[in-house]
Amino acid sequence: MTTLAPNNLVYDRPEGFTETPTHYCPGCTHGVAHRLIAEVLEEMNLIPRTIGVAPVGCAVFAYNYFDTDFVEAPHGRAPAMATGIKRVLPDRIVFTYQGDGDLASIGMGEIVHAAARGENLTVIFINNANFGMTGGQMAPTTLPGMKTTSSPNGRDVETQGYPIRMAEMLATLDGVGYCVRRSLHDPKNIRLAKKAIRMAFETQARGLGFSMVELLSTCPTNWGMTPVSSLKFVEEHMMPAYPLGDYKVGAAVATIKI
Amino acid sequence: MSKELWKGNEAIAEAAVRAGLQAYFGYPITPQTEILEYLSRRMPELGRAFVQAESELGAINMVYGAACTGSRVMSSSSSPGVSLMMEGLSYIAGTEVPAVLVNVMRGGPGLGNIAPAQSDYNQAVHGGGHGDYPRIVLAPASVQEAIDLMGLSFDLAEKYRMICMVILDGSVGQMMEPAEMPEMKPIVDRKFEWATNGAIDRERRILSSIYINPPAEEVANFRLGKRWQEVQANEVRYKEYFLDDAEFVIVGFGTAGRVALSAVRTARSEGIKVGLLRPITVSPYPYEVIDQLAGRVSGFLVTEMNMGQMYDDVRLAVRGRVPVEFYGRTGGVVPFPDEILGEIHRIAAGHWSREADPRVSWQTRMADVISEK
Amino acid sequence: MQKEILIAGFGGQGVLFAGQVLAYAAMDTGKIVTWIPSYGPEMRGGTANCTVVIADEEIGSPLVKNPPAVIALNLPSFDKYEDMIQPGGVLVVNQSMVDRTAKRTDISTLFVPGNEIAEETGDRRLLNMVMVGALLAAFPEMNLDDVKAALKAHLPQRHQKLLPNNFAAMDKGYAHAKAQLEGVGVR
Repeated sequence: MTTLAPNNLVYDRPEGFTETPTHYCPGCTHGVAHRLIAEVLEEMNLIPRTIGVAPVGCAVFAYNYFDTDFVEAPHGRAPAMATGIKRVLPDRIVFTYQGDGDLASIGMGEIVHAAARGENLTVIFINNANFGMTGGQMAPTTLPGMKTTSSPNGRDVETQGYPIRMAEMLATLDGVGYCVRRSLHDPKNIRLAKKAIRMAFETQARGLGFSMVELLSTCPTNWGMTPVSSLKFVEEHMMPAYPLGDYKVGAAVATIKI
Repeated sequence: MSKELWKGNEAIAEAAVRAGLQAYFGYPITPQTEILEYLSRRMPELGRAFVQAESELGAINMVYGAACTGSRVMSSSSSPGVSLMMEGLSYIAGTEVPAVLVNVMRGGPGLGNIAPAQSDYNQAVHGGGHGDYPRIVLAPASVQEAIDLMGLSFDLAEKYRMICMVILDGSVGQMMEPAEMPEMKPIVDRKFEWATNGAIDRERRILSSIYINPPAEEVANFRLGKRWQEVQANEVRYKEYFLDDAEFVIVGFGTAGRVALSAVRTARSEGIKVGLLRPITVSPYPYEVIDQLAGRVSGFLVTEMNMGQMYDDVRLAVRGRVPVEFYGRTGGVVPFPDEILGEIHRIAAGHWSREADPRVSWQTRMADVISEK
Repeated sequence: MQKEILIAGFGGQGVLFAGQVLAYAAMDTGKIVTWIPSYGPEMRGGTANCTVVIADEEIGSPLVKNPPAVIALNLPSFDKYEDMIQPGGVLVVNQSMVDRTAKRTDISTLFVPGNEIAEETGDRRLLNMVMVGALLAAFPEMNLDDVKAALKAHLPQRHQKLLPNNFAAMDKGYAHAKAQLEGVGVR
């Protein structure tokens, strides 16, 4: 491998990453989300102090990419595992990385109560409106009418219920210090997402309560779209259903300058 | 230290604290709630972690997380709650991290009732969670033994990187007996080479129960199997009563073993040469001592507070050489000593059952005994 | 030696504590002892009972079907346990709460107006101590002074001021039972 002169280097692997090649599908935004987390941990000098909790879902192998200690949770239980870690090691940084099946379906109890207890954890929540790993089944976040392998005629809200807006829901809880929704569909929004991830870890580092960043993400493979049309789908269909915004920024969190 | 009158559940909680418990995660359920309540006061006063979780699922996964850091950690529950915890137990086993779980068993299946039972024996000893995994299971019969075994449970769990369950029926949890507490042990960082506690000045670590490649999972399962052989070779514990000249032997664990002891003493005073074996580790099971006894006694009577679960382990050790009878009460009913004594009298008179499964004739005999009142 | 005492009554009558006082006394005098309550729905206002087993060697069953000594604080307990007592055993009945006499003649049944004695001693909640005192008049395996010493030794500091009344209640129960025993010539 040739080494570029520093002035020619515009893009490099952040220190928070290992050298593991990605296993995510082309056009999937998991990789973007991973990179943002790694950059933030590097910028905050948190890599040695951080323990990540991987979910069950496409990100089950998240631990292969981050150069931090990592544990792998049962489906949906990452916030409980993270609680266990943080309670015995309160000076460490603990984050979970969860998809919508993991967090909003099977793990609804764990996420709500971790938030309600105000656990000093950071949750990165990937909302791509389906169960990716198992092949694109309906998730609680699947849009009305959206076709998945378990809603082949489109999600019928009469029989299959309505989407759950996690950021809005968790923001109602007093234990939450920081809870926002961002999107990964274009560079501008990716920059805003990184800033939010930074704020979430700052919230934890200062002991200001539970923090979550919900990230609207793509799933080109299971959506049956090209990477570019997937990004458009996020903008045109997911953003109206899941508006971006700051749903809770605690008073103390609002004073953080980054 | 002098003896104090301790209630079983509270004694378990304090014994865990003194063994260096760093974190407790639990959820209320009768008849173990005193453990949770006691620790909700005791742990914070010592600056240690206590969380009343949102469910047993939450609790066991908090245990899992804390266990990954190499901390001494436990949960406690009762039968229905332990069923919920089986997911986490399997993951803990698959990740090879140490954790302690106390099950104060109650009558089941289903919601059942809150009276003492031993009907989770098979769940604890032979199964419960999915996958091939061994686990250590200790079965105290008294408050003092519960205290002693709590300390041991953490040592064993850490030594073998394995779940250690402590199973007792509700009556041991609820009873008071004079007992001596060990000295308070300091919290020590055991510096486990596997603990995910932050990669400060070392290579990062990963703890996971995933082996996506089947041959790797097979290797892992054989590693667990080998470790289990060590446990079987070194950690079998039991208590024997009047075995030296016994012509037949009762086998019972926990409260069923205690009740049998009363019956055995009475029988001995009548000149009946009956002995008692009370397994303290039900996993690893004391197969060997039963194997040896089977070579010289005329038969066994297994007494349990269930429909005959440990019974199968006794039969496994006896290998058909002599009859193995069964007497149990179930559903939260605790046998009285005179019921066991009646069985001893029947057997002493030579009425050994010769059928393939003596639990069938036991059920027939019980038709006159059981009643909804 | 092994002796069992069963104490039964309504929740709130001090059943469990009465048993604990006996258990402490047994422990403090070097005996082996178990105390086991009935637990569960009964805790919340129904009937409650506890069994205390006192022995010289490792205790097997913490429960017995036919105890030699029973304290019955109410009628349902009197009805239930009168039949279960070992022949030759002793049954101490809270006379204030029952409306019948004894059926069995092969046991000693002592009737003690526990509520009235407790109230004249100063507090109706002293009922359990009155009845413990009464039992001790017919239970040679334990003596009154040891039980008093155990109560003093294990009562939390903040409750120590209650000791004189508790002792008085035990004494009155003991005296009442003793007189009855001597009067009817049982045991």
